Amino acid sequence: MSDQFQGIEPMVYQSQINVPYSWWAGDTATRFFVTLRDEKKITATKCGDCGKVLLPPRKICPRCFTENMEWVKVSDEGTVLSFAVARRPFAAIPADKKVPVIWGLIQLDGADTALLHYLDGLRPEDVSIGMRVTAVYSEARKGTIRDISHFKPVK
Amino acid sequence: MAKRVAIVGTGQTFHKSHRPDVNGQELINEAVLRALQDADLKMKDIDAIVIGNMDHFEGINYVDCWSVDGSGGTMKPIIKLTTGGTTGCTVAIGGYHLVGSGMFDRVLIIGWEKNSESDTTGAITTAFDPIWDRLVFAGAISGLAAEAQAYMARYGASDRDGARVSVRDRKHAMNNPHAQLRKEVSLEEVLASPMLADPIHLLDVCPRTDGACAVIMASEDVAEKICPKPDWIWGTAARHSYSYLGDADYGRLTSMREGSQELWKKAGIKEPRKELDVVEMYQPYSFGGLIWIEDMGLVGPGEAPQYIWDGNTDMSGELPINPSGGVISCNPIGATGLIRCAEAAMQVMGKAEGRQVPDVNFAFSSGFGGCWWTDMILHGKNKPK
Repeated sequence: MSDQFQGIEPMVYQSQINVPYSWWAGDTATRFFVTLRDEKKITATKCGDCGKVLLPPRKICPRCFTENMEWVKVSDEGTVLSFAVARRPFAAIPADKKVPVIWGLIQLDGADTALLHYLDGLRPEDVSIGMRVTAVYSEARKGTIRDISHFKPVK
Repeated sequence: MAKRVAIVGTGQTFHKSHRPDVNGQELINEAVLRALQDADLKMKDIDAIVIGNMDHFEGINYVDCWSVDGSGGTMKPIIKLTTGGTTGCTVAIGGYHLVGSGMFDRVLIIGWEKNSESDTTGAITTAFDPIWDRLVFAGAISGLAAEAQAYMARYGASDRDGARVSVRDRKHAMNNPHAQLRKEVSLEEVLASPMLADPIHLLDVCPRTDGACAVIMASEDVAEKICPKPDWIWGTAARHSYSYLGDADYGRLTSMREGSQELWKKAGIKEPRKELDVVEMYQPYSFGGLIWIEDMGLVGPGEAPQYIWDGNTDMSGELPINPSGGVISCNPIGATGLIRCAEAAMQVMGKAEGRQVPDVNFAFSSGFGGCWWTDMILHGKNKPK
């Protein structure tokens, strides 16, 4: 330690903040998650003005600022736009995932935006931008984004 | 080049205890669309956005970024201002500064909160000093109770005086379709409601609310083209002080006294009680409706109870206070100060419908925060000199 605490006992208070939250998904996201859970389908909203298909689905198109949105189904298959590999464990990685963990930004066929999700079933050195992947659904689905277990390479 | 600034449109959600049908962005969007409609503007007309809430109530820290789908902030200048309970008034003052600077002609101001998404007292506790106050803190209401106790001891006021304020605000809320709680109560019902922290009964305090509010401000170059009778901002004042909870003068709201004195001086107001026509005050509990109007200089120290018992602050009285039903009827915290601002603007613009006070020349709106902060705005019908 430096000399600055000479003759003083430095007091440090350890604490933990615990604030419970419950976030309402809202009707639009709820519809997405119910369809995902019950029908194993990935849906998105298409803006009637600019024609963009947005995933996650939006109630309002952020560019056109219109509620003129319709639901469309997008493909389970898509293209990896970019990815990241975590080699070291950290708190944000779920307990059921072991490093190395691979995240992909996946543009599903029919969507104009990418979905952030896990890539699995391949080694980190085998991931490449532009590769084709497909959704693997979880057996037990609870209406969350992890009802998709991960995306795996299309053989 | 400094510009005069006016409010040209306002919008609010229909505030409720829970809004499970929308997420935060979608809630914000409801208020934004209503404000744009009120001003007959499109999102492309907006030059910049100021947004605020109390981040820890939703646990989302970069609300300015996260909310652009709802706010209309996509690819526009947008900043977040957050000052606790005063946030809603602070965002309005921030918007006033942006327009007044001459750098933006039309600024959209948003305050919002989904108080249903967290434990309010748990979240508020995180705002206090972790070493001195947090370990011995008894929640937001404890500070208000200490203020009320000190005021009653100093001036001989009673819990009946507080209850009379609650009866007034809850009656006024009957005229406001946007208020969350719309049920008249009697003095006896207030006093018989559960005691939360002496002398504060359940019916003396605000609820927790999900809601959003949006206000559009415009510079003098364009304001009257957008809105023939806009609400002109005559002045603003902000007073924030807090190191530790024990530093305040309990029984008096120093921030209200100093801020309002600055405001009256700026606007040349000599007798606020006679010159103001309506007040929309961030008053989260009934006793604040006694103490703080004395600090505003409406009446002298200890005179508020009699002034209120005489009906002077009721809808037909000398100076109606909280025609909207106030914060006791509705409190989406980050929106609350901006709702006061919007309600005052509506009074000046003659758009307050069933809660309209006749012939409003000057209106006052304020924000309050649990660290004894007060922000305030003076609104007027005429263009300031």
